[in-house]
Amino acid sequence: MDTSITLTVDGSEHTLDVDTRTTLLDALRERIGATAPKKGCDHGQCGSCTVLLEGRRHLTCLALAVAHDGDEIVTAAGLTGSAADPASRGEDALHPVQQAFLDHDGYQCGYCTPGQICSAVGVLDEAKQGHPSHVTDDLEVGGDVELTDEEIRERMSGNLCRCGAYVGILDAVRQAAGQTPGRGVDPARHTHDHETEGAR
Amino acid sequence: MTQQATPVEARSMGTHLDRADGREKVTGHARYAMEHGADDGVEAPLTAWLVQSTIARGRVVRVDPAAALAHPGVVSVLDHESAPRLADTEDRELAILQDDRVGLRGQIVAVVLAETPEAAREGARLVHVAYDEEPHRASLEGAETYAPESVNAGHETDWADGDVAAAFAGAAVVVDQRYSTPHEHNSPMEPHAATALWDGERLTLWDSTQAVHAVAKTFAPMLGLEAAQITVRAPYVGGGFGSKGLPHAPEMAAALAALSVPGRPVKLAVTRQQMFALTGYRTETVSHVRLAAEPDGRLLGIEQHAVSQTSAIKEFTEQTATAARMMYAAPARATTHRVAALDVAVPSWMRAPGEMPGMFAQEVAMDELAFACEVDPIELRVRNEPDADPETGNPWNNRRLVECLERGAERFGWAGRPSAPGTVQDGDWWVGTGVAAATYPTLWMPGNTARVESLGGGRYAVSIGAVDIGTGARTVLVQIAADALGVDPAAVDLHIGDTDQPAATVAGGSAGTGSWGTAIVQTVQQLRADHGEHPDAGVASTATAEAYPDMDRYALHSFGAVFAEVRIHRWTGELRAPRLLGVYSSGRVVNPMTARSQFYGGLVMGLSGALFEESVRDPRFGHVVTQDLATYHVASHADVHGIEVEWLADDTDTLATPFGGRGIGEIGIVGTAAAVANAAWHATGIRVRDLPVTADRFVR
Repeated sequence: MDTSITLTVDGSEHTLDVDTRTTLLDALRERIGATAPKKGCDHGQCGSCTVLLEGRRHLTCLALAVAHDGDEIVTAAGLTGSAADPASRGEDALHPVQQAFLDHDGYQCGYCTPGQICSAVGVLDEAKQGHPSHVTDDLEVGGDVELTDEEIRERMSGNLCRCGAYVGILDAVRQAAGQTPGRGVDPARHTHDHETEGAR
Repeated sequence: MTQQATPVEARSMGTHLDRADGREKVTGHARYAMEHGADDGVEAPLTAWLVQSTIARGRVVRVDPAAALAHPGVVSVLDHESAPRLADTEDRELAILQDDRVGLRGQIVAVVLAETPEAAREGARLVHVAYDEEPHRASLEGAETYAPESVNAGHETDWADGDVAAAFAGAAVVVDQRYSTPHEHNSPMEPHAATALWDGERLTLWDSTQAVHAVAKTFAPMLGLEAAQITVRAPYVGGGFGSKGLPHAPEMAAALAALSVPGRPVKLAVTRQQMFALTGYRTETVSHVRLAAEPDGRLLGIEQHAVSQTSAIKEFTEQTATAARMMYAAPARATTHRVAALDVAVPSWMRAPGEMPGMFAQEVAMDELAFACEVDPIELRVRNEPDADPETGNPWNNRRLVECLERGAERFGWAGRPSAPGTVQDGDWWVGTGVAAATYPTLWMPGNTARVESLGGGRYAVSIGAVDIGTGARTVLVQIAADALGVDPAAVDLHIGDTDQPAATVAGGSAGTGSWGTAIVQTVQQLRADHGEHPDAGVASTATAEAYPDMDRYALHSFGAVFAEVRIHRWTGELRAPRLLGVYSSGRVVNPMTARSQFYGGLVMGLSGALFEESVRDPRFGHVVTQDLATYHVASHADVHGIEVEWLADDTDTLATPFGGRGIGEIGIVGTAAAVANAAWHATGIRVRDLPVTADRFVR
């Protein structure tokens, strides 16, 4: 059975007839051609399909497209100004979170990356709004939860990275949150050579 | 006749260069195997969905497609009678849908083609398959084993030296234990997938693979095609860790499906659950390790006898005991491999096959020996440094294990560590530290050809059919080429990931950068020899890399030392690893940023294996029941704390490659689980010899 729905994806409106069995992820990837959100497990276990749905991070593999008629979706592609024109290959300015992932090499293969980035954007906003996590001591804190390393790790744990880029991702989220990055790639990296990289 | 490449002076190499594909990845524009559209020639694709056997062994009596075909959108159902015929069916993993035999639970017994993913999936559910079931064997425990002709990577099955019996008879100290590592799955984030198009003349595969040329070379004779009739493209691959190193059955399913619908592209994504049966895995291993030593820890004898399992339909034997042949000095040693052929999925490569499970056993045994001899674990390893490679007798090239251990000890703060276990407590947490050595052989693969073309104005195009699965190859090969050419990296256009480019070997065995980079350097030098320093635009040279003759005269291996601190909760047994440090000697680091990420990634996967990873097979049915990421646990953000990586300075190895680097993709996983298990023993006094190191071991 098909149903007509309208989705706004990265600023563009799409009206389409979807099979009622279609997940939001498949509607994006297979129907609209928005392939920034990835299919890593299709069961809500890996986070690769994360987008910002009505401003909140959301797993699109666990959502049915018909349940989101009229909703606004921002994928990792839509975080730059280039989303409407995939041919631009992201030549426009990067979102600060995307830039932070580049600066700290918070990825390797890149497959979980759009989901990690959408998740990180969501984390920053949730912390600002005072949403507690499992490791937040004061559940009544109200606004602006301090994003300690423990908070970042906890809040990002729904996004698996099998390449193991967690150190770089942590540093990237720290940078995007306005905190000093710790280990990982020094932002002054262009001056690196083996003398400073190696031991002794 | 081309000349062997001469060493390249480092200019870009060793310095930072942004990942060439970083922007495409963080913006989601990078295209993986299922994401090619009309502009790539993939128009109105059909979706293929796999139907898997529900028995482990027997015969397919009948495939009834009627209900599936009645479902709206289903186009066809291929089974062992209707699928296109293969010209060669010897490889029973790949020769799917050719006969009625079932050799493992989860084998592909039909493929449904449909207009949409929803219809394909539902169609697959509606295919009714009747079987004639036969008894199966799916458990290594108690299974009959045999000695294979050789083990993975061509190593000898058994290798011995000296009088082992005498060594043990006269030894003051003996460690004699069994160690096991579990069944593990690579689980890259991008599930295996292929988009296939047969136009009547040529087959094009947009594949998620670590080796585009190997896929074409393997499939061509099976499909009865010339290799030139198959194009394999893999511009982006979402990880592999070995599972995408060799083609597996789903890629053949995509190819057969495409052959059945000429002119129509077919997209086939393996589901996460299907990956646990169809795309390779690390077999469970059991090692019986014996160490005989003098009272001061000097080894008199080393034994490792490894048992693993393979599939009855295709042999793959994990080379678990090979590191024991070269790691430490001893006048006598014996190593063997035995394997059981079970009616199960086909094992394959998973990051550091051989070294990862083998060094877990060896390095925990060394820790046990250190305590038995009352020698510091680092000092024990120093005392057992071999002057030459015990296996070949060849001199070492650049064996810097002791420096890695000593530098790591300094950075980690090893000095003053109490030698007795269970002495440090912090509140409700036992605290311990552990160390293990790491090694990985320097492999160099023949069969790599590059093409270098002058584009004029000092710019060059470099082509080689290599694949970047996240390693950074697309970036470091530019740096190698730039330094070989003596130009800025920005003057190099690199083309990889496609069989349209010259032949290249797999992104695997930590040998990609070394093997491809050697071919690029040699081709650049050929171009210079043929056409001088300022070749005209359009002038090009092609060369195939020659092996370094000295590689046979020296023992080439990378080394490392892994340090771990663990905290174990005294009441719940919960284990946390607040600190993990790896120090490596692996030749020149071409790009510090991508190299660091490779080492981090190896350490994280090592930690993940130490604490979580275990696939559970139900022997009654023959399949893995933990077949998703909710039950097959891999390390997440919250599990990974203070990981640090360092590499030794001045570590250029021009005996291995003309650019001085050896491979780094795998050594990070080697020894890591042993360091964690050794630290857990130091914290609690409880020796864990079977991975993963789970909480229940520590609850008293």
